[in-house]
Amino acid sequence: MLEINNLRISIAGKTLVEIDHLSATPGERLGLVGESGSGKTLTVLSILGLLPEMMDVEGSITFAGQELLGKSDKELAKIRGRDIAMVFQDPSRSLNPTMKIGRQIGESLRLHTDLSKSDIKQKVIELMHGVQLQDPEKLVTRYPHELSGGQQQRVMIAMAISCKPSLLIADEPTTALDVTVQQEILKLLLRLSNESNMGVIFVSHNLGVVQAVSERIAVMHNGEIVELGPTSQIIDSPTVAYTKALIGANPSIPNEQELSRLLGTRFPTSRGE
Amino acid sequence: MKSPQLLLGIILTGFVLTITFVSFFWTPWDPIGINVEDRLLPPNLSHWFGTDRLGRDLFSQIMVGSQNTLFVALISTIVGAVLGTSLGLAAAGSGPRWGAVITRISDIGIALPSILIALVLATTLGPGRLSVIIAISFWFVPVTARVVVGPARQILALDFVEAAMTHGRSRRYILFRQVLPNIAPIVIVQTSMMFAAGILIEASLSFLGVGAQPPTTSWGKILMDSQPLVQQAPYYTILPGAFIVISVLGFNLIGDGLSVLLDPQQSKKGVV
Repeated sequence: MLEINNLRISIAGKTLVEIDHLSATPGERLGLVGESGSGKTLTVLSILGLLPEMMDVEGSITFAGQELLGKSDKELAKIRGRDIAMVFQDPSRSLNPTMKIGRQIGESLRLHTDLSKSDIKQKVIELMHGVQLQDPEKLVTRYPHELSGGQQQRVMIAMAISCKPSLLIADEPTTALDVTVQQEILKLLLRLSNESNMGVIFVSHNLGVVQAVSERIAVMHNGEIVELGPTSQIIDSPTVAYTKALIGANPSIPNEQELSRLLGTRFPTSRGE
Repeated sequence: MKSPQLLLGIILTGFVLTITFVSFFWTPWDPIGINVEDRLLPPNLSHWFGTDRLGRDLFSQIMVGSQNTLFVALISTIVGAVLGTSLGLAAAGSGPRWGAVITRISDIGIALPSILIALVLATTLGPGRLSVIIAISFWFVPVTARVVVGPARQILALDFVEAAMTHGRSRRYILFRQVLPNIAPIVIVQTSMMFAAGILIEASLSFLGVGAQPPTTSWGKILMDSQPLVQQAPYYTILPGAFIVISVLGFNLIGDGLSVLLDPQQSKKGVV
């Protein structure tokens, strides 16, 4: 469904991202991991044609048979939100602070469908039920700052899936949330993906998050894909040193042995222990 | 009341606006009724503010004069706010090249003093209301554009604008529906400040003889008439001057009060 070939993103002649080949089949959940600055976000932004103007893009990105690169802004606007949608990292900054929740969720529907006002209202409530927001009838008249982080991200997801896109790009969807909420949001995304056979690209620096939800993982480093394969293969038998380092960096609660290895001899505290 | 400035501003402008409103239906004397015998009478019980050099009632003149002053200030503020905001949004939304072009043109507009423009227009279009409105707007539009462009660029850099783009929103929609509501407090404050400036500029231009032409009167024009008689009849200068001060102060206080009230950093309830 999505196919990226010989993609090269550069700025003033300096290459930032170079991807020979990356593809995703319909309904597939693909993880994109790598450290900050490895080019994950640039890659997904190039799919939507939202790279900053000063960056040059070459190569080919095809989605459902059509070439996306070189399309005009108007043509891309029809695809954005309807066929490919995106969820961002920080929901508190991704919602318009001056617009009520209900209206924001209805935005894409208003733009991409011919539904009447009352139908949209109905649909918004359904969507909010779908992302497990409590009391949608009350929430629609609230402003974003009156919601918790988890609720805000649910609103973002409701907005993203409102037009039943075939591909959802989730750029660090849980990074700004606390751990318990992270898990709920990941479960929600998984369920939504399964229910409507929606492909998802999970972008994260956290291998643990990506591992939990993706079928395949692409590891990015310095703007290139250094390893690509089924999740179990990447986790159990990584071939590239960088992937191994990433797996090693995955935080887990260290046991006593590891602690002493990490800290060495303990520093004396004020209590003299 | 959160902001005492706002309250005082509303009281002062309310006073001026009431007087203007009443002047459409009633004035204590005929504002253009000349009575040479009564000229330059100091304030007394029948002529509250005294009479002018032709024996006309000064209070009635001030009442009617406020119509012209406020009308000019209102129209040029509306023109300045609407065109200026649109221009500022356009500058913020277009690429760096066009943005720079619009900003530079605005700079030129700001650099030209409106009094100079009015004098030029008065010689070409002839003196009067229209020249004054054009001259003031010519200054207000770039000033507003300049005030709006910075905050608009800041909003455009926020995530929710990018999010709106991923929903397939057009640039114009984003500028007017996503950015404008978020900079509304700035535009509102700017509008009330412009209104105050408009009153002041109109008065200056009428004082210079470029503004209101007889028989229309305006505060600036009354001041001009009183100028040679300032020693003989100081009230003739002071009273219309006081009205200019009250209304300029009033609108400025409203602007100040609103900027405090609408500042999300200072008000806990958030914007709007």
